[in-house]
Amino acid sequence: MLVQKKLILTEAKLFLREPAAVFFVTLLPIALLLVLGLSVPGFSQPDPALGGERPIDAQFPAMMVLLSVATLAVSALPATLVMYREKGVLRRMSTTPVRPGALLVAQIAISAAVAVLSTALTLTLGHLVLDVPVPRLLAGFTGVLLLGSVALFSIGLWLAAVAPNAKVVQGAGAAVLFPLLFLGGMWVPRDLMPSPLRVVSDFMPTGAFGQALRDTMGGHAPSLTHLAVLTGWALIAGIAAARMFRWE
Amino acid sequence: MAIISVRNLRKTYGETVAVDDVSFAVEKGEIFGIVGRNGAGKTTTVECVAGLRTPSSGVVEFGAGLTDAKEQIGIQLQDCSLPDKLKVGEALELYASFYPRPADWRALLGEIGLDPRVAFAKLSGGQRQRLSVALALVGNPRVAILDELTTGLDPQARRDTWDLIERVREMGVTVLLVTHFMEEVERLCDRVAVISAGRVLAVDTPDGLIERAGGGQRIVFHTTGPVDALTALPEVTSVRRNGDEVVVTGTGDLLVTVVGALTPGQVSGLRTERTTFDDAFLALTGNAPVSS
Repeated sequence: MLVQKKLILTEAKLFLREPAAVFFVTLLPIALLLVLGLSVPGFSQPDPALGGERPIDAQFPAMMVLLSVATLAVSALPATLVMYREKGVLRRMSTTPVRPGALLVAQIAISAAVAVLSTALTLTLGHLVLDVPVPRLLAGFTGVLLLGSVALFSIGLWLAAVAPNAKVVQGAGAAVLFPLLFLGGMWVPRDLMPSPLRVVSDFMPTGAFGQALRDTMGGHAPSLTHLAVLTGWALIAGIAAARMFRWE
Repeated sequence: MAIISVRNLRKTYGETVAVDDVSFAVEKGEIFGIVGRNGAGKTTTVECVAGLRTPSSGVVEFGAGLTDAKEQIGIQLQDCSLPDKLKVGEALELYASFYPRPADWRALLGEIGLDPRVAFAKLSGGQRQRLSVALALVGNPRVAILDELTTGLDPQARRDTWDLIERVREMGVTVLLVTHFMEEVERLCDRVAVISAGRVLAVDTPDGLIERAGGGQRIVFHTTGPVDALTALPEVTSVRRNGDEVVVTGTGDLLVTVVGALTPGQVSGLRTERTTFDDAFLALTGNAPVSS
């Protein structure tokens, strides 16, 4: 346990020494929310396309949470893990009494902590500056955040398992991340998607995650379909990752 | 008493035979070398010794107080690096925490002469290798396995690393040194196993191997005259002629005998050479070109 704590602290220090990673997963979503929320008047006015909600009530903050978690899970985490494998960091650890799995645990713990922290910051600053309402179904919102994160992190670990090197995983991460964000409703809200596209979105981890976050923020129960989709992705990707992961 | 005994070790990956049949014993407190060309099976052999790979067949036995490979064998492998932004001091402190009875990492830091605040990415090749040695020692091991430690280092960094390895032995750590660098073997190793194509060709002291390769003497000179008479001398083992240059190998009072048999006035540029471990290695492994 002491070793695990030390590993987590060391990896946390290393994460903070990568300004680009810190920027993309924490500062960018918060900055987008604040800057766009303050400068685009439409975001603070009721939008008939969103059923009379203001975009900053649920759609916009939910997308920023999705952006942060998805970037961490599909881009940052697999890039670090594959780099550790490629450079022999995992191999070096396997020569000691500590299993390299401890490093994986540390990485996931840090990513999870950053995801929670960045979500909390986004919602708190959004509330203080833009009057974004506190999620009305807070327990439901927390549960959805957890389940959605598990699904996305499983996909990221799967990517790390199959990617042969750091170059491929960075390319693949971006190639997967942007379509996923699009289908999650990042650029076109799901309400405005043509219905075939919305059905595809329903079955994507980001579509289900984004909608469930929006639902719980607005005080509605998430749809069972979306919860089942997230559970399915978590299981399939998680099992595939566990089977295919290579330490060297 | 042997601290590590390897008997009939064999390791295959599918059809590929990485190690065919390797046996040797490492005595406590010595620097034992494993030499061979690239692909001879050296690294696979030590990985089996350190418990990182499971042998397909054969036995690796420990003695002399060595019981747990992961805890008591420190191994430095090729191509193992650290995260770029990890600092020297942080790496040593972290790795020390992996072991139940670690060495004092600050003392090791002094031994390798590195600044603890420097990030891994900023270290030179020689500094990285010294850090690697320190990481292999930070668990207070009984045996340190060092794999191709000086490959790619400049001559000064190589000498510094050799000094470090000698100090490691003085600390009472048995060293298993994997190398294809013959000067390193002559300088450091008490005994060495020569491995080729997954098999042990010989285990001996470097001097013993040189002796086997035809003894310690070689005379080189230029002459235009005949040298056939030299072959008949009892001290001479071989005479090779390449244009004007003649190379004579042999034993005993070789120099006096050869000089006495040559025609005065026809010989120039005479010098004697000691057979090196390089020559012995080539003689043992049979002059085939080194693949790399």
